[in-house]
Amino acid sequence: MSNADVVLRIDNLESYYGPIQAIRGVSLEVRQGQIVTVLGANGAGKTTLLKTISGVMDPEKGTVKLEGTEIQGAEPDKIVNRGLVHVPEGREIFPLLSVAENISMGAYTRSDKAEIAHDVELVYSYFPILKERMAQAAGTLSGGQQQMLAIGRGLMARPRIMLLDEPSLGLSPLLTEEIFDIISRLNQEQKVTMMLVEQNAAVALGVANYGYVMELGRIVMADDASTLASSKDVQEFYLGITEEENQRGQRRWKQRKTWR
Amino acid sequence: MDFIQLVISGLANGCVYGLIALGFVLIYKATEAVNFAQGDFMMIGAFVCLGFTNSDFLGLNFWLSIVLAMGVMAILGYLFDWGILRHMSGQSQTSIVILTIAVGFILRFLAGSIWSHEPVSLETPFAGEYVRAGGLVLGVDEILIIVVTILLTFGLYLFFSRTKLGVAMQAASQNQLAAYYMGIPVKRIQSLVWALSGVVAAVAGILFASKGAIDPASGLLGIKAFAAAAIGGFGSLPGALVGGLIIGLIEPLSARYAPDGFAGIARIAPYAILIIVLIFRPGGLFSQTQKKKV
Repeated sequence: MSNADVVLRIDNLESYYGPIQAIRGVSLEVRQGQIVTVLGANGAGKTTLLKTISGVMDPEKGTVKLEGTEIQGAEPDKIVNRGLVHVPEGREIFPLLSVAENISMGAYTRSDKAEIAHDVELVYSYFPILKERMAQAAGTLSGGQQQMLAIGRGLMARPRIMLLDEPSLGLSPLLTEEIFDIISRLNQEQKVTMMLVEQNAAVALGVANYGYVMELGRIVMADDASTLASSKDVQEFYLGITEEENQRGQRRWKQRKTWR
Repeated sequence: MDFIQLVISGLANGCVYGLIALGFVLIYKATEAVNFAQGDFMMIGAFVCLGFTNSDFLGLNFWLSIVLAMGVMAILGYLFDWGILRHMSGQSQTSIVILTIAVGFILRFLAGSIWSHEPVSLETPFAGEYVRAGGLVLGVDEILIIVVTILLTFGLYLFFSRTKLGVAMQAASQNQLAAYYMGIPVKRIQSLVWALSGVVAAVAGILFASKGAIDPASGLLGIKAFAAAAIGGFGSLPGALVGGLIIGLIEPLSARYAPDGFAGIARIAPYAILIIVLIFRPGGLFSQTQKKKV
């Protein structure tokens, strides 16, 4: 395997909240054009992992390499400049700014006016509703529209890789499907490389090429998305597909995970 | 006539309060800290200008001195945030508030030692001049105060709505974390907001000194401006100006029209208004609170 197309490579990353170790030595890589998903339950450390990558938190140990350059511990604005953008959990839009202003802030690190205008149109073409609501204060948008705005704003940095944190959070299944449709279109049509963190394993595995399963700050499984989706453990614990009853007509309630 | 005269001088006072209140709100919105030294910044701004222009000191051209004073205050504001406040991040609000109060004392002492503890008047080209218009006698200083405040407000409006830096300042104040995610250098932006509030303080101070004298204790005017900011909803820039105007108007009007023996009411009127506003509209007149959608 060549290393030329590895956009993001993480080695033995460790991160702490005070004395509590949230990331316990995570290694993973994301290749050009891929959607890589990190699955895991609440508190597994997924969000912390993204925050450590994007520079909002500093790691204690380990390296984060963006296209071969180490970026761990750098200031977030430097990291955005290098082409890594983080679309945070819970949208985090600027509520009192208009939709158009929110989108323009996504391009804060850029100064090429013509290109920016082109990208604004691109964002509006993927999210036509945002164009309709252009002049409206972003805080008045619905949850789904705010998520679209957050993704659109992230695109404006023209990232080499985009980190998406729980884009389905608080959205109806229908809206979730719509958002993921757009995510996968962006990946295919605009060749945006993405690292996607999700609790909703079914939709995440649906769009991803490769997946990691995270538990208690560690990666416990890594495989192609399709292989993961058919693995017994992922089905049982993340997709909610339960095993058939056994011969005696009983279910084993205390299922053991194979990685324990 | 009497009434209109009072209203105009009240508006002129109110503009000064409003500009100081604007400084409070700028800092509060950007950094969530309340700068109790804002009044003293204003006082220093006036003294710096006075130091440049008065014949006892450097004796420079008045208009040049204004620009220089604005520059000096911008640098001072920036350095204050960069050198002191940035190292206090993570400390409690209370300690930051106490720090700014202490800075206020230091500034008052410095102004006294460098310039004077006694009131000094700023030498302006228009001192004592007035215009008559239909039975009204208007001081040029009062007219200038109102005009300059309108221009500055308009300028700030354009800055915050049209420039990338201005929008980024708003963005950083509305959602600091998201601003970090967008690659906005939040810390530098905050220092620039301090610089901007230094400029506003300088303008307020020069306007204040131009219609009277300035002494180190003038900084205590900040308390009244604080009330103005709270009336306006602490967090709204137009609110701060309106709050300032309300206080500026209520003072002369209540002194003039209060029943005999109650003339002292002018001194408590601003705070009485503040209490009434806080009871009926706890968020202030222009509250900008918005719930976050999940």
